Amino acid sequence: MVYFTCFLGILTRELLRFWQQRSRLLSALVRPLLWLVVFAAGFRAALGVAIIPPYETYITYEVYIMPGLAGVIMLFNGMQSSLSMVYDREMGSMKVLLTSPMPRSYLLVCKLMAGALISTLQVYAFFVIAWLLDVQAEPAGYVLVLPALLLTALMLGALGLLLSSFIKQLENFAGVMNFVVFPMFFLSSALYPLWKMQESSEWLYQLCLFNPFTHAVELIRFAMYSQFNVQALAVTLGCTLAFTGLAIWGYDPKRGMVRRKAGG
Amino acid sequence: MSEAVLEIHQLGFQYGNKPVLSDVSVSLQPGKYYALLGPNGAGKSTLFSLICQLLRPVSGSLHLMGKDTQQHTRYALKQLGIVFQQPTLDLDLTVEQNLRYHASLQGMPGKLTRQRIQEELTRFDLANRQKDKVRALNGGHRRRVEIARALLHKPRLLLLDEATVGLDQNTRDAMNAHLRELCSHEGITILSSTHLIDEVKPNDELIVLLNGQVKLQQRCQEAMASLGVDSVQQLYRQMHIGGEQ
Repeated sequence: MVYFTCFLGILTRELLRFWQQRSRLLSALVRPLLWLVVFAAGFRAALGVAIIPPYETYITYEVYIMPGLAGVIMLFNGMQSSLSMVYDREMGSMKVLLTSPMPRSYLLVCKLMAGALISTLQVYAFFVIAWLLDVQAEPAGYVLVLPALLLTALMLGALGLLLSSFIKQLENFAGVMNFVVFPMFFLSSALYPLWKMQESSEWLYQLCLFNPFTHAVELIRFAMYSQFNVQALAVTLGCTLAFTGLAIWGYDPKRGMVRRKAGG
Repeated sequence: MSEAVLEIHQLGFQYGNKPVLSDVSVSLQPGKYYALLGPNGAGKSTLFSLICQLLRPVSGSLHLMGKDTQQHTRYALKQLGIVFQQPTLDLDLTVEQNLRYHASLQGMPGKLTRQRIQEELTRFDLANRQKDKVRALNGGHRRRVEIARALLHKPRLLLLDEATVGLDQNTRDAMNAHLRELCSHEGITILSSTHLIDEVKPNDELIVLLNGQVKLQQRCQEAMASLGVDSVQQLYRQMHIGGEQ
């Protein structure tokens, strides 16, 4: 009960903060909607999609990129939460969390889960708008995709948490965008099927296969069509556990997570 | 003498190869106000981080209510109320929401949380600001909310890390009087780090930390008498000069 109270408290705080910063939802949706409406319209003809699993017929490019854009929302959210963790740490409010008598690993997992739920809510808001724009998946897929979305959000949140444990200053965060977010996004199957990448470059294709975001996107894609991709699940789950474990290690007091300050 | 609330024994800590604290031994008794004095860089904040387990000591031990903090982490953190040097309230949440968040991190049930929030806000004369966003409060009120939050789970030891910095004289005086009442009426032990010497009162217990070492732990007026000085300012200056040499 004590643990559940703690989780509810962290979740409530994250939801309240999210509600206070409603512009976050808007900015989280603008990026994928631009891809869906503008980019997809321009590249529809150039990037025709052949029949590949899980699709059983020809699909439009907009339909193809929808799972990838759901992943992008969660990717940016994971990095946003990482940024806010670094900010909280710089401002000192992270200490409030870390001096709770609850086990630190539990607190960090609670924070991850709260972030994952908020990320998932944003993806569903995106699905609603996409539906209104006539970009739709199977109705059952919207329910079946929920566990895949939660797992992906957890994996990306854990990656963000891991990065935040190693980034010592807010100023260093721009590097994360250049060295983590954009490579993960572009070296994945979010915007183009991997066979197209393989046609262009074998080593780029191999990099895409190495990228956990590729597997998360495929997990979402298959789930949206009521199918189960075992490899994608195994990689996403494995990476979630690995990133979470490393992040917990990163926040161990033995490593001196608190900023090393000369003062006082 | 009753059981010490906090017993620090030969504590040492270093950042990389740079020693910050060495051989620190301190004992805090229940219901007393301890003023931790020291210049910037003396190791005050590091000592606080070690007590609240944001850092792990390189050597020595800390016992809270007789239990080793390394072995009884949860128990130890439950006994602590902490007000950090930097403001740590969420500005976009209300006073009540901030306190509720803290209560949930302590695992406090809903009914007790509501009751304790009312008690602490009334005590700090903030009951009418409960629904206000923290952003709308002035610096003094924000500090009071932070202290109310730190007391919500009824800790045995309250750590104040330069908690009155940035407040005007009247607010500081009122807060200091209030904190000493907490010691005498509620039996809470307070360890307050400061470099504002005028905040130290003759009846306070004084701990002087210089260059990572405890140079003095004694009741303030006794320390002044033994060094033959008339004020805490003189005492500190004498200690400081001695410590530098």
